[in-house]
Amino acid sequence: MRKTYTNLVALIVALSVLLTACAGATPTPATTPTPMIKEVIKEVPAAPKPQSLTIYSGRSETLVDPIIQQFGQATGIEVAVKYAKTAQLAATLQEEGEKSPADIFFAQDPGGLGAVEDMLVRLPDGMLDQVSGWAHSPDGRWVGISGRARVVVYNTERLTESDLPDSIFAFTDPQWKGRIGWPPTNASFQTMVTAMRVIWGEDKTRQWLLGIQANDPKIYPKNTPTVAAAGAGEIDVGFVNHYYLYRFLQEHGESFAARNYHLPSGGPGALVMVAGAGILSTSGSKEAAQRFLKFMLSPVAQQYFTGQTFEYPLVEGVKTNRLLTPLNEITRPQIDLGGLKDIRSTQALFRETGILP
Amino acid sequence: MAPVGRAAGAARPPAVVWLSAALVAAAMVLPMVYLVVRALGAGAEVWELLFRGRTLAILARSVVLAAVVTGASTVIAVVLAWLTVRTDLPLRRWWAVLTILPLVIPSYVGAFLIIVGLGPRGMLQQFLEGPLGIERLPEIYGFPGAMLILTLLSYPYVLLTVRAALWRLDPALEEASLSLGHGAWDTFRRVTLPLLRPAIAAGALLVALYTLSDFGAVSLLRYETFTWAIYLQYEAALDRTAASALSLVLVALALSIVFLEATSRGRARYHRSTVGAVRRPATVRLGKWRWPALAFCGGIALFALAIPMAILVYWVVRGIAAGEALGQVWGVALNSAYVSGLAALACVAAALPVAYLSVRHPGRISNLLERISYMGFALPGIVIALALVFFGANFVTPIYQTVALLIFAYMVLFLPTALGAARASLLQVSPRVEEAARSLGRTPLQTMAAITLPLVRQGVLSGAALVFLVTMKELPATLLLSPIGFKTLATTTWAASSEAFFAKAAAPALLIIAVSSLAVAIMSWQERRGGSGSG
Repeated sequence: MRKTYTNLVALIVALSVLLTACAGATPTPATTPTPMIKEVIKEVPAAPKPQSLTIYSGRSETLVDPIIQQFGQATGIEVAVKYAKTAQLAATLQEEGEKSPADIFFAQDPGGLGAVEDMLVRLPDGMLDQVSGWAHSPDGRWVGISGRARVVVYNTERLTESDLPDSIFAFTDPQWKGRIGWPPTNASFQTMVTAMRVIWGEDKTRQWLLGIQANDPKIYPKNTPTVAAAGAGEIDVGFVNHYYLYRFLQEHGESFAARNYHLPSGGPGALVMVAGAGILSTSGSKEAAQRFLKFMLSPVAQQYFTGQTFEYPLVEGVKTNRLLTPLNEITRPQIDLGGLKDIRSTQALFRETGILP
Repeated sequence: MAPVGRAAGAARPPAVVWLSAALVAAAMVLPMVYLVVRALGAGAEVWELLFRGRTLAILARSVVLAAVVTGASTVIAVVLAWLTVRTDLPLRRWWAVLTILPLVIPSYVGAFLIIVGLGPRGMLQQFLEGPLGIERLPEIYGFPGAMLILTLLSYPYVLLTVRAALWRLDPALEEASLSLGHGAWDTFRRVTLPLLRPAIAAGALLVALYTLSDFGAVSLLRYETFTWAIYLQYEAALDRTAASALSLVLVALALSIVFLEATSRGRARYHRSTVGAVRRPATVRLGKWRWPALAFCGGIALFALAIPMAILVYWVVRGIAAGEALGQVWGVALNSAYVSGLAALACVAAALPVAYLSVRHPGRISNLLERISYMGFALPGIVIALALVFFGANFVTPIYQTVALLIFAYMVLFLPTALGAARASLLQVSPRVEEAARSLGRTPLQTMAAITLPLVRQGVLSGAALVFLVTMKELPATLLLSPIGFKTLATTTWAASSEAFFAKAAAPALLIIAVSSLAVAIMSWQERRGGSGSG
């Protein structure tokens, strides 16, 4: 029995040694508890305080990390980023409340920003004025950083542009039965339906939803698989954001059998939305946070977004990626994105039409 | 015989055990407290949402999926376990490792790969189009696809518990049956299978709860389940009160499943009647049956592991050929192994007292403790993550977004995976051995350390390995609760796949499988050693 005891003790010792070794070997600095570092910084007020910034980013790391790094190098500000889905980060911010360590919320869509709007500060007018009025929140709590257009992605083996209608409403025609794909749970798609409610009204939006539903659309969880399905010929047309296509073209080459179509009628099907950001009112680094937003609106960053992520620059004087249809050739509906906040009513409509549970 | 067992039940458990079990239960209750707090803030429209016919219909879809996946997983797992433990199946040890690995494939990766591979216009179709002119494969979306992928990814839960039980099973009972003239099949059905019941039930419970809580596979394969509806409230409606109200319904469903499993346990005892060395049972010679057996193992491994891995390898190779940098995956792999290892330790430490109480001191309270422990596993990861964001940020701010709280979250999520294994192996330890130690003057704690722990080492190790594997692929809690900038293989895979960068997503996904297979190999080596050694 004594032997067993010894074995047990040996096992525990071995395990702890192993774990300490692992802990020592872990390369990420983040494993050391951050609060301790903050403590130290507080105790030494004399030294010039190295500024730091914590960003919650709903935009994916692959897309925005390079430009965030560039900001860090240019300013010497230490940037820490938490990446997750926009909606999940919005919920996280709500749960954290005043204790949130975040300074900036960088979101995929206005919906996520709208959900935490009361936790954000009003941005200076000079910053807001850099983008058009429709691209920031009406009371100035978030600002659009890059633009994304709603498009119809179509399979080029089955269709040409001339086969496609002017308005998204026309897809309720029975000739499109079994040929449509959509991602009804996707935030951008839902924002488009909210725009429909604002532009068309509830009745016509309901008609559209029911009409598409009657055409047996294929349901996808998000944009990427919808575009993939259009390229593979699983569907003829899909309702998506414009930039996913270019990533597929990059990955698969020109032979990828799908292209974008911008609906020319100026209805909600041609909505242009933004990814944007705001500053948390609980932030202890508001100055650094403002510098971050300024940087994101600078020509360097704007050029990065259109060049690398295939989005639209929102600031005057920055050249749009030549692969994209320029924003001024798109007849986008004339509405403010800040007016697309009532997502609960959109949800109710989805439930009523039986499209979502 | 019964009075002996009773006597053990009547002795008071040591305070250390009680206290730690109570602490664990308190931790497991946290998410439910959070859900109740949030749901209480809900307005009338949320209650309307809850009491619609449609809500019930979606709940029914979840139940049907969970039932079918559990049934199919159990059949596959019991056959595989028997083949890899009891027979002379060629390459048996390899199959033992390979057939467990599908467990580590995150469901959103597995589902995506199945669609790419077997979808109506997927790789298989393109492969067949040339020679055979097949233009379209049957639809895999909806129930068939969701059921297929969830079964393939979750049968290992049952396989692990049943394998561990088979290794420890006393062959004497089976030999007695055979000597009484019952055939091999009759013996399996009437002796082996009933003896395996606790192990099967423990694994099946995990499969059922996992299926209930899965989001990745059902969303990609378009099968509306209750968890999907909960996610929708977070992601589309940005409505955490409605999500919480719906989650409470899921808690109720999960609790009833846990209680169902508990009633199936009954009062049977599963330990050997005598104290002696465990013998290895005779190896069954498969003869010409080895070919169908091989085909079965091969088929499962092909669909659950080989096809997904082949696609991943294809993407990585294509990415490297295109000059794509795969990034810093090695440090990330170390991070994954580090937190998964800690999670395994934490879960085992938490599972032992709970399992010990429920096996040795069954009673209303200890049973309740054990059943509550399953709730974290049955709830969608995002719910647990947000609950701990709330408690972490507001009440234990210093450890918020540190590894400590992350490990705590893993414990809340994955305790049941260690608990089932610990429980099943405790059931196979005769209380008489412990009583002998007590009668020789050992305190209950000494007895536990000297007798019980060494005897359950086997099951506990397999439980720890299981926790390690499921932690490797955990996503929502890791994203929200990890220290800022801390990356794991799962978060790297997600980050890349969310924007359709195939090669970049494939490399970390492959590494998840590689690191995990190391853990599985160690475990199966331990298993064999323990199984063939003396008890």
